[in-house]
Amino acid sequence: MLSRRLFARCLSSRRVFSTLNPVTDSDVTHFTRILSPSSVLSTLSPVSTPHDELDIYNTDWMGKYRGKSTTVLKPKTTEEVSEIVKWCHDKRIPIVPQGGNTGLVGGSVPLKDEVILSLANMSNVRSFDPVSGILVADAGCILQSLTDYVAPYDHIMPLDLGAKGSCQIGGNVSTNAGGLRLLRYGSLHGSVLGLEVVLPNGTILDQLTSLRKDNTGYDLKQLFIGAEGTLGVITGVSILTAPAPQASNNVILALPTFDNVVPLFKTVKRQLSEILSAFEFIDRTAYNLAVKHGQGRALSDEDVEGAECFILVETSGGRREHDEEKLADLLEHLLEADKPLINTGVLAQNPAQFSSLWALREGVTEAVSKEGKAYKYDISVPAATFKQVVDTTRDHLRSKGLLNEDAVKHVLGYGHVGDGNLHLNIVAKAYTPEIQAALEPFVYEIVASHRGSVSAEHGIGAMKTHALPYSKTEVSIALMRKIKELFDPRGIMNPGKVLE
Amino acid sequence: MRPSPSRLLNILVPVKRAVDYAVKIRVNSSQTGVDLNVKHSMNPFDEIAVEEAIRLREKHSPSTISSIQAITIGPPKSIDTLRTALAMGADSAVHVELPESSSSSDAASSSSPEPLGVAKTLKAWIDKQQQKGEGGGGKPVDLVILGKQSIDDDLGQTGQMLAGLLGWGQATYASKIELDVEKKEAKVMREIDGGSEEVRVKLPMIVTTDLRLNEPRYASLPNIMKAKKKPVEKLKPSDLGVDLTPIMETLKVTEPPKRVGGGKVESVDELVEKLKEHGFTAV
Ligand SMILES: Cc1cc2nc3c(=O)[nH]c(=O)nc-3n(C[C@H](O)[C@H](O)[C@H](O)COP(=O)(O)OP(=O)(O)OC[C@H]3O[C@@H](n4cnc5c(N)ncnc54)[C@H](O)[C@@H]3O)c2cc1C
Repeated sequence: MLSRRLFARCLSSRRVFSTLNPVTDSDVTHFTRILSPSSVLSTLSPVSTPHDELDIYNTDWMGKYRGKSTTVLKPKTTEEVSEIVKWCHDKRIPIVPQGGNTGLVGGSVPLKDEVILSLANMSNVRSFDPVSGILVADAGCILQSLTDYVAPYDHIMPLDLGAKGSCQIGGNVSTNAGGLRLLRYGSLHGSVLGLEVVLPNGTILDQLTSLRKDNTGYDLKQLFIGAEGTLGVITGVSILTAPAPQASNNVILALPTFDNVVPLFKTVKRQLSEILSAFEFIDRTAYNLAVKHGQGRALSDEDVEGAECFILVETSGGRREHDEEKLADLLEHLLEADKPLINTGVLAQNPAQFSSLWALREGVTEAVSKEGKAYKYDISVPAATFKQVVDTTRDHLRSKGLLNEDAVKHVLGYGHVGDGNLHLNIVAKAYTPEIQAALEPFVYEIVASHRGSVSAEHGIGAMKTHALPYSKTEVSIALMRKIKELFDPRGIMNPGKVLE
Repeated sequence: MRPSPSRLLNILVPVKRAVDYAVKIRVNSSQTGVDLNVKHSMNPFDEIAVEEAIRLREKHSPSTISSIQAITIGPPKSIDTLRTALAMGADSAVHVELPESSSSSDAASSSSPEPLGVAKTLKAWIDKQQQKGEGGGGKPVDLVILGKQSIDDDLGQTGQMLAGLLGWGQATYASKIELDVEKKEAKVMREIDGGSEEVRVKLPMIVTTDLRLNEPRYASLPNIMKAKKKPVEKLKPSDLGVDLTPIMETLKVTEPPKRVGGGKVESVDELVEKLKEHGFTAV
């Protein structure tokens, strides 16, 4: 069964690549003519970059996917991107657009020897209007640097995620990244106001408007949000930033049982209402790993005793006294209830502690990657089922004899309760076919049984193309294929990703 | 028979509300000080001092340290800082309250008293405890633990001045404290240039804390709730017979000159040339 599926996948990937060509020396010569010397890395002549300098571009963040690209291009302008794409279109050379290469589904590295088109050299802010909060920036701007850019104007980016120091706004848009502020500011489908895109034939599509309202026909930019580089290369982004909250607080609550998570969410939502900005879940295993790998300072032994899981609550608002009073009332209410939903908790006393508490949550991704090889499932399921999903998966692995130091070390869950988004992580000593076979389609079937999504925010990439039918109907997938065909009839844009 | 300590130890921890270290400091428009309308928290070195007092209690039998008292000299909002100390584990607090400075945005450092004033106030409080004595409800202080400096004015003198005024021993820049309750002395590791130094000091004494002494704990929710019920005594400087009128005048506060970014050179030769231009020569 497994080998049949693998065989089918090989076939389909062969089909995708059968009409495409590898980069040749003469292509590289052409690229050196249209780009500045520092923008072309290639192991081919006449550039002859050493192989190892291309490793970081060929390897994904998890170290799970490895491409064999010979050539990385780092254009500095939209026109240069257009020139490159036009050439590749004519020569039928496949392209992988690459941002910060922090994607978690193998979408940002080549499956074979595609050209890597890195946006890293396009990192200028084009404009910022402090009145409307509209920011227009090159796609290669790093999320953190944009956050820093708008901060003096008392604005913040509408999204924030653990990879903020490396990921690019173009990559965020291409993956429709969710992250830690979604609960408060909504998804990029709402906050992205315009895009500039180089289409797969090299044409520049300029939709870089800064309008809040624009109902003039089909909203084409929406198609590129979450397209993972399969419909074109995003070169510019216009995005609505939010007024920076004047006061932020956070608290980590220790819960005796997972069953209390949903009732707690209801209580917290009701009492904090408009100042609630995050409600994040970390199970005990995830917490322990974050602490083990030094992500933020641990709570005292006394505070974590008997805790099955933790919830991080963040508030952001306009007036410190008001927010603190509201939060204090909530905490008092929680502690003094007849049947308390929480054991205890800690409240950040200053910005250093605020960051440290966040690090315990945000650092889980990194801690997991330090602990071993991670199988990551980023799924949407009802919040009430988070624990059940994690436990069922663990039991399943145990029943297959795979839960031990030499195979799967930990099964853990964390994520965004407010968005019904669970990060189910399986930490193994090494990636093996046995573990893979035990997990898939097992996990996807659980998801489908809850009518959930097999990819809540990380996308499909190369990792989940075969799993698409668990979340999308045949009719939807057929339409997606038609759209791909319309934009990219030659199939040069990130082949083998999203659609098989 | 083992000599028992004549009485149990009382620790006093002076704490200060300061502009949080994560805040980007801006000079106010009248150039009399910095913009104070920003996030404040407990001076980080004082947080270390509170933590150390609590750890000493946890390390010795709990009854050895009979009281940990936090004290602050500052405007009404300093009560938050005391509450934090109480939530971390101090037993009681004293607030020597100063009036709110006239306008928060252009208030100079005038709202924060000078080290000598603070040291005199602390001495007056300590003397008062001594006079009242254990019987009269006082808490005669055996050990004062305070930050080596406050990160707002960076003066770094209060601990030393207090030791001078009281005529007590002092161990500054502490990175480790070992208390010998029976001998009534402390062994303190001090951070000094290029290494560390161990000193032994008789109680009563003053310790100022350095960064490596410990890592302060989070305040847990039950402790935050309990802290609300712990006693805070309020006083005015005049109640202690001290006068905090500044003896130092701030003339002007200005931003440091903006750093200009470096330039790029095309070759080693050009680099050498540039270095020569700026007066660097090979030895
Ligand atoms: C520590 C960590 C935490 C994370 N947390 C979250 C989280 O909370 N929420 C979440 O949603 N995701 C999260 N992610 C994954 C997330 O998808 C990425 O971090 C981010 O959005 C990708 O940006 P990037 O610039 O690194 O893109 P890449 O990884 O370089 O690319 C991702 C995909 O987008 C395409 N792409 C990139 N740039 C462009 C462009 N300019 N034009 C067209 N296509 C492009 C690529 O081809 C690829 O398919 C996390 C990742 C890490 C490592």
